[in-house]
Amino acid sequence: MIAFEGVSKSFDEGRDFAVRDVSFSVASRAFVALVGDSGSGKTTLLKMINRLIEPDQGTVKVAGESVQGMAGYSLRRKIGYVFQGIGLFPHMSVGENIGITPLLLGWPQADIDARTAELIDLVELPRSYLARMPSELSGGQRQRVGVARALAARPSIMLMDEPFGALDPVTRDTLGSGYRRLHDTMGLTTVMVTHDVMEAVLLGDRIIVVRQGEIVADGEPHELFNAHHPDAGVRALMDMPRRQAERVRILMQERTARG
Amino acid sequence: MGERFVAAARLLPDYLGQHVLLSAAALGLGFLISLPLVVVASRNARIRWPVLGFASIVQTVPSLALLALFYPLLLAISTLWQHLFGYGFSALGFLPSLLALTLYSMLPILRNGVTGLTNLDPAVIEAARGVGMTNRQRLLRIELPLAAPVLMAGVRTAAVWVIGGATLSTPVGQTSLGNYIFSGLQVEDWVSVLFGCLAAVALALIADQLLGLIEAGVATRRPKLAWMGLGVLLAGVGAAGVGSLAAAGHPAYVVGAKNFAEQYILADVMTDRIRTEGSAATARVDLGSVIAFRALASNGIDAYVDYSGTVWSTIMNRRDSLPRKQMLQEMTTRLRKDHGVVLLGALGFENAYALAMRRDRAEQLGIRTIADLSQHAPELRIGGDFEFFARSEWQALRDRYGLRFREQRQFQPTFLYKAVASKEVDVISAASSDGRIRAYDLVVLEDPQQVIPPYDAIVLLSPTRASDPVLRKALQPLVGAVPIDLMRQANYMVDRDSGRVSPSQAAHWLEEQLHLK
Repeated sequence: MIAFEGVSKSFDEGRDFAVRDVSFSVASRAFVALVGDSGSGKTTLLKMINRLIEPDQGTVKVAGESVQGMAGYSLRRKIGYVFQGIGLFPHMSVGENIGITPLLLGWPQADIDARTAELIDLVELPRSYLARMPSELSGGQRQRVGVARALAARPSIMLMDEPFGALDPVTRDTLGSGYRRLHDTMGLTTVMVTHDVMEAVLLGDRIIVVRQGEIVADGEPHELFNAHHPDAGVRALMDMPRRQAERVRILMQERTARG
Repeated sequence: MGERFVAAARLLPDYLGQHVLLSAAALGLGFLISLPLVVVASRNARIRWPVLGFASIVQTVPSLALLALFYPLLLAISTLWQHLFGYGFSALGFLPSLLALTLYSMLPILRNGVTGLTNLDPAVIEAARGVGMTNRQRLLRIELPLAAPVLMAGVRTAAVWVIGGATLSTPVGQTSLGNYIFSGLQVEDWVSVLFGCLAAVALALIADQLLGLIEAGVATRRPKLAWMGLGVLLAGVGAAGVGSLAAAGHPAYVVGAKNFAEQYILADVMTDRIRTEGSAATARVDLGSVIAFRALASNGIDAYVDYSGTVWSTIMNRRDSLPRKQMLQEMTTRLRKDHGVVLLGALGFENAYALAMRRDRAEQLGIRTIADLSQHAPELRIGGDFEFFARSEWQALRDRYGLRFREQRQFQPTFLYKAVASKEVDVISAASSDGRIRAYDLVVLEDPQQVIPPYDAIVLLSPTRASDPVLRKALQPLVGAVPIDLMRQANYMVDRDSGRVSPSQAAHWLEEQLHLK
């Protein structure tokens, strides 16, 4: 569905590479988590898929075709995009925000209205919210609208850049698992950038670890949990959720014993 | 007071109408030019600096100077145009005012527009790209609507500046609320000055409020409010257009006047004469001295009264002096040949530059002539009107008599006489036909060396009206018909401190005395 072939990108004319000679592909209906520290190049990789960033070298393909051959705006209308900043248009109602891509695509207004109603149900917000302005919503509600907006024109690919990063842990977990269900029922292909390994493990079918513009690990979560992974950084990274879970378990036991 | 108020109010439809039209045109044009510049400058930092820099520099030029500069520029372009395409356009009045005020309106619109567009939430811009908007869609659907309140605030500032600045378009020949102020200042009609100020202030406040309504409508997404504001605004501009058209009609003849009482009176006499001949006529007053002649030569006005000595030195650049008759003959020939301007004839009185002093002061120092004056000049202070010290007559007087004064000051003519009367200065440049010479008991110093050339009041006609039968028939009876006493009295009626009348009332009185009514 998505393929990177020898892709490089530098933001300072070749002195440093944000992405260096990266190749990988994402199968249809896969849920891939791109994991790495800030500055590792994971967001750059993501944004090259919908041409918010152009590669210096190599080819990015979507459905077998190079994205370079398509107009950026028409490519982006076919790909859902959700990011931490959300970026709801403050001068448009929730309904207008959700319906923007269908509007740009020239859908009839009746179809747009039907679709926004369907989507507000899907992200589990009351229909009355369609008339509200973004400023009247909480952070979690806004990101639900952000997800609905990205899904509006029935894309088959969803790109998510730290989508739930700014939310409190409970909301974050609820929205994450909620989105995972949508991904499965709608048959989407999702690439999600996150620096949170736990989120990657819980949501992703496949985890790609990026460091200094290169892929250092790529596999299913259980493969990366393997304690014998050759890369020490990856071992440390993947060990963290297990150690955290272990500490929680021990703490609970101690409290129970004391109580 | 009441009378003068009524007189001022009667002029309001014309003055206000023209003021509104000029301001609206300048603001509209400024907005249309600024908007694309705002878009380009906000997307390209390299263009942003020069655009905002240029607008800031324009803003630092005093608005009166900006207006004044557009006149020679347009005159040059018009002359070039005439050579290239065979017809010129008026470099006076609406056009220079419009261009200067347009430039003036641009800075607040540019600065606010660029600020508005460059300070948008980056997440919103990323989202706009992410949902698949083209650059154009992003601009029209997201960036401009979100920057609109800031941009509109800039438009409001520009509107207030333009409406205030438009009062300064009077000296370049554009009728505006400034006519109240400039004319009022000349003849000390403070009711008129105040009337003009208050009208301009009221206009600025109303325009600001209506634009504020549009701004609020845009900011709070209430299109009805914005349309209402825009509707009232456009209706006002439309009404102003109708009002000023109705007031002005289509004047067949335009009579020019410089900026003092005698000129206002003579312009009124001439327009009355033309109307008596059955043609429409209007006066364009408060023109600068040389601007009046240039306007005539380029057919911007059809006729006006100038003074032979002024034309001789400032237009013909002559330094020599000829006897009166020869000078008029030579002037008639040269003006016709060099400018196509017709010298119809002299009115019969002289309004020469002269040096005047308070009688008691002159007697105390024993000064009767300018030669006597040169002995005492180093202890004395001299006052002149705005152009006096730049004129060749002053330079000739100074050099020939060796005049060196302790201090040299410039005054607006009204204050010039008050300054000598209140002993702020000892000597002033005076006009020999000025009624205030007698009123303030001043003596005019003799010029034994005849340095100052004759200053006969002469009627000049524009090239296109050179042999216009109506104009000649209307103005010919004035030639040789106006004695100095009557002119002085008429001037004094307008200039005196109490019991003052309007220039048009003085004109009626003068016409009666001349049996022209």
